[in-house]
Amino acid sequence: MSAREEILNRLRNTHVAEQQAMPDIAGWFGAHRRSEDVVQRTARLRAALEAVHTEIHDVTHDNWSSVLLQVAIGKGLRHILIGATTPHGEQLQACQTKALQLIPYEQPIDTWQDLLFDGVDASLTLARGAVAETGSLILWPTPSEPRLMSLVPSIHFVLLDADTIHEDFYAAMTAESWSEGMPTNALLICGPSKTADIQQTLAYGAHGPKELVVLIRHADGRQA
Amino acid sequence: MNKVVHLHPMDDFKARSKAVLDNAGQRKNFRGAMDFLQTKRRAQFPDQEELQGLRELGSSIRRYSLAHLPRLLEQLEANLTANGVQVHWAQNGPEANAIALKIAQRVHAKRIIKGKSMVSEEVGFNHFMEAAGIEAFESDMGEYIVQLAGEAPSHIIMPAIHKTKQEIAQLFADEVPGVTYTEDVDALIQIGRRVLRRKFAEADIGLSGVNFMVAETGTLCLVENEGNGRMCTTVPKVHIAITGIEKVVEKLEHVPPLLSLLSRSATGQAVTTYVNMISGPRQPDEKDGPQEVHLILLDNGRTQAYADDELRATLQCIRCGACMNHCPVYARIGGHAYGTTYPGPIGSIISPHMLGLDTTYPLAFASTLCGACSEVCPVKIPITDILVRLRNEAQARPETEEATLRGSGAARTLVASTVWGMWSQVYSKSGLYKLASWFMSRGRALSPSEQGAWTRSRTPLVPAPKRLRDLMKDHKS
Repeated sequence: MSAREEILNRLRNTHVAEQQAMPDIAGWFGAHRRSEDVVQRTARLRAALEAVHTEIHDVTHDNWSSVLLQVAIGKGLRHILIGATTPHGEQLQACQTKALQLIPYEQPIDTWQDLLFDGVDASLTLARGAVAETGSLILWPTPSEPRLMSLVPSIHFVLLDADTIHEDFYAAMTAESWSEGMPTNALLICGPSKTADIQQTLAYGAHGPKELVVLIRHADGRQA
Repeated sequence: MNKVVHLHPMDDFKARSKAVLDNAGQRKNFRGAMDFLQTKRRAQFPDQEELQGLRELGSSIRRYSLAHLPRLLEQLEANLTANGVQVHWAQNGPEANAIALKIAQRVHAKRIIKGKSMVSEEVGFNHFMEAAGIEAFESDMGEYIVQLAGEAPSHIIMPAIHKTKQEIAQLFADEVPGVTYTEDVDALIQIGRRVLRRKFAEADIGLSGVNFMVAETGTLCLVENEGNGRMCTTVPKVHIAITGIEKVVEKLEHVPPLLSLLSRSATGQAVTTYVNMISGPRQPDEKDGPQEVHLILLDNGRTQAYADDELRATLQCIRCGACMNHCPVYARIGGHAYGTTYPGPIGSIISPHMLGLDTTYPLAFASTLCGACSEVCPVKIPITDILVRLRNEAQARPETEEATLRGSGAARTLVASTVWGMWSQVYSKSGLYKLASWFMSRGRALSPSEQGAWTRSRTPLVPAPKRLRDLMKDHKS
């Protein structure tokens, strides 16, 4: 008999008297959720992100790319990795300056891994949404914006539309019907990478990005 | 059977505990760390009502998942397989290691980079792979430090909690080429980052644990702060995840409450920096991610706990470490004294299923039964009740073929069982009790001055000169 069958048989042979009913998750979040508008959710997200060393800029559809370039140049960055075929990637390319090189993520990682690890200063990705309660950005990496963009470069820029900020993680996954189909990789990101493994002393920039910069894009130019 | 080298015979438990108790520096480290973690957790739960409600919800999710465990494991396997993840089953550590080695040999792997995984510690993964000529390198900063020092983790969340920054500074200066002594924590972390970035890029396989598995979507959830878990599961061409069979939940919506309880209870964070949800390998149109994802589901004694209505609750654990952070025993002796992969209260109740009660029963007695562990457990495991049950199991009549707990009866001795047998007779028969207590009070001068463990640090026990019934008689007259 295979290990699988042996294990499953042992489990099946146990009569579990306690056949519980399905836990009421919706009931819990319904009773404990704050009712907030987009401005309040944005403020809560900002506070949670800033508490973990995240830099935040309020932007609009018209000025986000110039703000990003300005911040990047101010940090002395030489290049930014982008998804060239995304709408925001195209928009950024349209206003490119000579001071900054935009590197498109076009080839499979196997062909240029060393360059990504050693020769790319920063990256830009779009957030699918965010969670106000914990200050988490939701990223679903895509073929245009692959997984490593949000992990390997030392500085990670994230463009987030304010109207995609949900109150909590449960609200985000139910509003977007995540259970009907998950991508190969889904991420919640809250701040730059960090560790407290040496004598409980907090240090940022462990293995992932050392800095996280979030551009919160407001639909009608309204600033939180 | 592959020997897990960092496990020590239980005979040494008291000696190891005493060694730590005699080491003022280590005691200070542990006390400081426990105070830090307790304060951080407390700050995350300002609302007692919310905390108790969330604990109840978390407990109900875990109990529901266990009640339906065989069905959920089959559903998980079917959905992971449909997503392109290869699922393997292992009854014990050697089987799990053999599965991983077979994968490694097929892809001609020379280097494995590891994210934090207590299950890999449980099966002695690193030593097994090294014996097979494959490098297994730890990438969590704490795990990297203890591996560099040739030690084992002393805490399931903060593996290097027993070391000071001065000790780590010296370790790096001695062991990492080109590094000079520095106590600057940022600088030390950057040294680790530099060394490990190369390892991520060069590794053939990434190995990780799993925090939650979602049956309905075929998803593996991993939480972490450092980004090394994401590196291990994204950069190498092959990702192997290894975890216990109990980590499955049915619905994706079961994850948010457990995630909240886990990160708040473990490190006092509202959420970890990364929540990494993996549902499949790299697809043809994707440019990165592993080309193969494997999941090894490990039993290793978990089905033994599952078979018992009381002990099954042990499997509700979400490995937050809050029980050890609040344990007065763990705070004084630290993780290494236990001699098991999982220390502290949860280690004392899970280890007997992995290693047998015969080698682990002293751990069940290393508790004051103060109840702090049960009180803080985010999924409401009745840890103290289970400790008492394991004490009884250790004293039970020698195991029969039907016994559900391997090694039960191991603590039973002829002297102890005879004494307790007599005690039981005396206390259940009033005439015998009267007679015995009369002799005890009159013969108190014969009480031995040496009374074993009791008199090592206390004065001898001597019966009262008058029995209660004598005192009452005097009072009435």
